[in-house]
Amino acid sequence: MPYPEKYRYTKDHEWIRADGGVATIGITDYAQHELGDVVFVELPKPGAKIEAGKSFGTVESVKAVSEIFAPASGEVMEANAALNDAPEKINSDPHGAAWLIKIRLANPAELSALMDAAAYEAFIADKGKEASA
Amino acid sequence: MTERIKKASRHTNQSEGLIFEKSSPGKRAFELPPLDVPLADPAKALGALHRSAGVEGFPEVSEIEVIRHFTRLSTWNYAIDLGMYPLGSCTMKYNPRVNEFVARLDGIATEHPCQPQELSQGCLKILRQLEKCLLEITGMDAITLQPAAGAQGELTGLLLIRAYLEKKGNPRKKVLIPDSAHGTNPATAVIAGYEVENIKSESHGQIDVEKLREIVTEDVAALMITNPSTLGIFEERIAEIAGILHAKGALLYMDGANMNALAGVARPGDLGVDVMHLNLHKTFSTPHGGGGPGAGPVATKRSLEPFLPVPVLVERPDGKLALESQRKDSIGKVRAFAGNFGVLVRALAYILAYGPGIRQATEDAVLNANYIRKHLEGVYDLPYSLPSMHEVVFSDSIQKKNGVNTMDIAKRLIDYGFHPYTTAFPLIVPGALMIEPTESESKEECDLFIDAMRAIAEEAATNPQIVKTAPHTTRVGRLDEVTAARKPILRWKSASRTEAAD
Amino acid sequence: MRYLPKSPAERQQMLAAIGANSIDELFSEIPERFRLREALSLPGPLSEPEIIAYFKDRAAENSVGYTSFVGAGVYNHVRSVVTDAILQRGEFLTSYTPYQAEIAQGTLQAIFEFQTLMCQLTGQEIANASMYDGSTATTEAVLMAERLTGRRHVLVARSVHPEYRLVLRTYAKNSGLQVEEIPYVAAVGTVDTAALKAAIKADVAAVVVQSPNYFGAIEPVAALAGEVQASGALLVVAVAEAVSLGLIRPPAEADIVAMEAQSLGLPPSYGGPFAGVIASREKFVRQMPGRLAGQTTDGNGRRGFVLTLATREQHIRREKATSNICTNQALCALAATVHMCLLGKEGLREIAHQNFSKAQFALAELEKIPGVKRAFSAPFFNEFTIELPRSVRIVNAHLVREKIIGPLAIGSDFPELSKRGLVCVTETAPRTEIERFVAALRRALEQPI
Repeated sequence: MPYPEKYRYTKDHEWIRADGGVATIGITDYAQHELGDVVFVELPKPGAKIEAGKSFGTVESVKAVSEIFAPASGEVMEANAALNDAPEKINSDPHGAAWLIKIRLANPAELSALMDAAAYEAFIADKGKEASA
Repeated sequence: MTERIKKASRHTNQSEGLIFEKSSPGKRAFELPPLDVPLADPAKALGALHRSAGVEGFPEVSEIEVIRHFTRLSTWNYAIDLGMYPLGSCTMKYNPRVNEFVARLDGIATEHPCQPQELSQGCLKILRQLEKCLLEITGMDAITLQPAAGAQGELTGLLLIRAYLEKKGNPRKKVLIPDSAHGTNPATAVIAGYEVENIKSESHGQIDVEKLREIVTEDVAALMITNPSTLGIFEERIAEIAGILHAKGALLYMDGANMNALAGVARPGDLGVDVMHLNLHKTFSTPHGGGGPGAGPVATKRSLEPFLPVPVLVERPDGKLALESQRKDSIGKVRAFAGNFGVLVRALAYILAYGPGIRQATEDAVLNANYIRKHLEGVYDLPYSLPSMHEVVFSDSIQKKNGVNTMDIAKRLIDYGFHPYTTAFPLIVPGALMIEPTESESKEECDLFIDAMRAIAEEAATNPQIVKTAPHTTRVGRLDEVTAARKPILRWKSASRTEAAD
Repeated sequence: MRYLPKSPAERQQMLAAIGANSIDELFSEIPERFRLREALSLPGPLSEPEIIAYFKDRAAENSVGYTSFVGAGVYNHVRSVVTDAILQRGEFLTSYTPYQAEIAQGTLQAIFEFQTLMCQLTGQEIANASMYDGSTATTEAVLMAERLTGRRHVLVARSVHPEYRLVLRTYAKNSGLQVEEIPYVAAVGTVDTAALKAAIKADVAAVVVQSPNYFGAIEPVAALAGEVQASGALLVVAVAEAVSLGLIRPPAEADIVAMEAQSLGLPPSYGGPFAGVIASREKFVRQMPGRLAGQTTDGNGRRGFVLTLATREQHIRREKATSNICTNQALCALAATVHMCLLGKEGLREIAHQNFSKAQFALAELEKIPGVKRAFSAPFFNEFTIELPRSVRIVNAHLVREKIIGPLAIGSDFPELSKRGLVCVTETAPRTEIERFVAALRRALEQPI
C-alpha cells in the first residue's frame, strides 16, 4: 500500500493529516500488518486532551495490545465510531476509512518534526533489513 | 505421514452438544430425600423477594445424560494421564491418585473452617506438617499457606515486603522485574502499589548484574527473580545479586515456579532469597484440573514473619495447635479462611511419598530436560547455550526460514500425540519453544517426543504446508480466535438454538 | 520410587547420551557451597497404605460424628457421587489450562456451560470462568468498578462477611482505594439505606452488599440499585450462599455479582478450594478479570470454544492487566457445573425450598426456648442470627459435649452483638438432629452459670 503524500508519519507508525487547525490521526499499513487481525480499539472521548508523544489509546489483536502514541497535541473532537462494530477496517483501510480520531491541533508546528511519506517508507524499509539480518 | 507417527493420536470424533440442548422439561438427574419438616411457604415470608419459577434455562436432564455428556467432553481433552505435556514452567508432572483419595476422606473433606479448633486438630496438624516440610525444602524461616495460587502468592510476598519496608519508615516506589519474567510478576507489582522497572537480561539470558548495581537505589523495594530463570538456566550470581539489593536495603523476591530444578538439591534461603512463593500445582504434583485450583504458599526469612497474613498457625503451651488471628503487624488477609486446604492435603501426601528422597525427582527432571536438549540441539536453534536445568528453550529461527513458526510446530506436535510445549514465552526469545518434560516421563516417552520433534523439523524443511496447517487429526481444527474476540459469545441463549454440533 | 518411570540402567544410558559422567555434573552451575550434601530432613518415604493411614489418623482428630449448624460463608449441602465420578476422570483432573483449544474442547465447553449457568442463576449477562473464591471475587469486582468509573471510594455494608471485608481492605490499602463501612439497621439486620444515601458522593466507585448477608438476612438489592446507580457508582452484590438463588430473586439489578459457588457441589474442605465467580453486564466485559471461554467455529464451520479476550489478562497486558490471576479454580467450577446439571431446574428449586423450610422449622423450635429469639427481622433463607440469654461460647461448650456444633458466636467481629450466634440449617440436617440440637440448647441454658 502506498503511503499518502499529504500525511506525516511517526516512528511508532501513526499517521496524521492536517486540514488547517484540525487533524485526523490513524495508524499505518505497516502497523496493522504487524498487529495482525484487529479485534478491538480503545479511543479517547471527545473533549479529551492528548499530548504529542504520549499514549492516547490502544489497538488489540487476539494476542497483543499496542499503544497508540499521539503525533501531535490537541483536543479530541471525534472518535471513529465505525470501529466499534468493525475494527477490522483497520486492517483493510488503515489510511482512509479506519481513521482513529480527529483533533483540534494545539500546536500545528509540531507536525514539521514528523517524517514525510518518502522518509517513512525509507524508515520501514530499514526496519525490514534489520529484521532479516 | 501415518508411518512416521508412532504414538496413537486419534481423537474421538464423538459429537456432543451443549447440555442445554439436551434439556427437556420434566427430566431430573438427582433426587432428594423427602422433606421431614413442614413445607414452609416462601411467598408469605419473602414476598417480592421470592423467585417463584425455577431458574430460567437451567438444564433438565437425566443422570445418564449427565454422565454421558461429561464423559464425552472429557474424551476431547489431552491430559497427563494420556501423555507428556512438555510445557515449560508448568511442571506437568504425574498427579498421584492416593492424593485424590486422602483429600476426599470423611473427616478431611467434610471439615468446616469455622468449627471449633479443638475439633480441627487433625486439619491443623496437616497444615503444620506441610509448613515444616516446605520450610525445610526452601531453607526459609516462616511461611503462610493461605494464597490460592502462584499469582496470589506473589502479591502476598510483595505486600509483606511493603509492610516490612513501611515499618522501617519508607515502603519505596519500585520493583525491578527481568524482561524474561512471567506476566504475573509485573501485573502483581502494580496491584501491590509499586511501579515496575524492567531490567534487560544480558547476552546469556541472565540478570545483568552490572546493570543491576547501577539501578538499585533506595527507591527500589525489591527485585523479583525466577531461579532457575524462565530459560531454565541457574542464576549463578544470585548470591551477589542478593548482596547488591541488601546493601541498599532492598529485598530479593524469588518466583518459585521453577523449584522442580532445586528441591532437595539447593535451597533458596541459602542463596540469599528473602521471600518466595511456591506453586503446589507445579512442583508438588497437585492436579491442574483444566486451570486450577492451585496453591501458592509464601515462605520468608524471620524478619518478615510479623507481617504474615492472618490466621497464623501457632503451637500452644499445651501442645495443641491454634490459628491466631490477632497479629498487629499482619498485612491482613488475601482470601477468606486458611487456604486451599484440599490442595494442601494433596501436596503433603506427595511430599510424604518421597520423604528425603525428593532429590531423586529433581535429578530425573533435570536429566530428562538435558537428554531432550542433547537430541534437539542443532535441529532447533538454541539461543542461549548455558547449561539447562529442568527446562530448555529453543527458538524457531531455523524453521522460520521456510515460514514455519513456533505456533505451527506446536500444532503439528499435536498430530504426533503430544500436547504442545510453551510457545512465545519467555518474551526475550522471539519464537520460543520452551520445553519441560518433568521427572514423570520415561525414557521411552522422551524418545518418542524427540522423534516427533525431529520429524517435524524435517517436515518444516521439506513439506512446510503440512506443519503450517496443523493439526490435522483433532476433532476441531484451528479455531477462529479473531471472531471470538471481535464478537464474543460467552454464553448459550435459548433463543438462538441454531445448528447443534454436527 | 513408584512415581519415577526410570530404571537405574536407563538413567545410565541417558547420562551417557548426554555425555555426563554423573547426575551431579548436570547441577554444576549451582555454586558448590550451595549444593546440599545431605538429604533433607523430611518425614517419609511412605507407601500408599501408610499415606492413607496418616490421613485417616488426622481425620479421626477432627469432627467426624458431630452435627454442625454453622454456615457463615461455607455451606454443607448434599453432593451426588456422580460429581466425583466425573471430576476423577483423568482427562478432566490431569489436564492443563485450555490454551491449546484443539485438544481441550472438553474443558472449554464445560467452562462455557459454567458461564451460562452462572448467568442464568444470577440474572446477569456475562460471567467468567472462576476466581479463587467469594472473598477475592468481591475484591476483584470492586477493583473492576474502580477501573470502570475512575473513582476511588468504596462503600461496604458492615453486614458483609468480615473475612470478605478484611480481604478487600488488604487489597485496597495498596491501590489507593478508600474503603468506608456502612452500618446495618440494628433491629432489621440489613444495610442502613439512609446512612448509605448520605454517604454516596460523586467519588464513589462501588457500593458492596452481600445477600443473604453475614447475618443470614436478605438485602433489599432492587431498592438499593436505583439510588446507587443514580450517583454513577456501581452496585456490587456478593453472594456467599449460591443455593439461595433457587428461591430468592437474583440480583439482576446489580452491576456486578461476586459469587461463591462452593454451595453447588464442593465440600467444605476446611475452607478451600472453592470457586468464586464474577457475573456482570456485557458492556463491562473488557474490564472483567479472569478467563472467559467464547464460542466460535473452526475452518470447517464446526462449533468449538476458545479462551477469548485474553488481552485483558496478565500474560499479555502484564502491568496493565485487569488482574494478576493466572491459575483459577477450573476443576471446582467443573464440579459446580456437573452439580447444577444434576440438580437441574426442579432440583435446585426443591433443595432451596427444603433449606428454607428446615430453617423456618428450626427457628420456630428455638424460639420456644425461654430467652431465645431471633436477632433481626429481615427475611432469611437458610441462615439466621439468634440471641441467647447468655454467652454463646459457654452454651457451645455444652453442645460440643453432645457432639453438636452450635451457633457461631459473632461477638468478636461485632462487639455490639455479644450473645448472638449464627445458625444455619440446610437440607442435610435431619429433623431428629434439629430437634436434638434444640433440646440440647435448652438444657445448656438451664445449666447453672
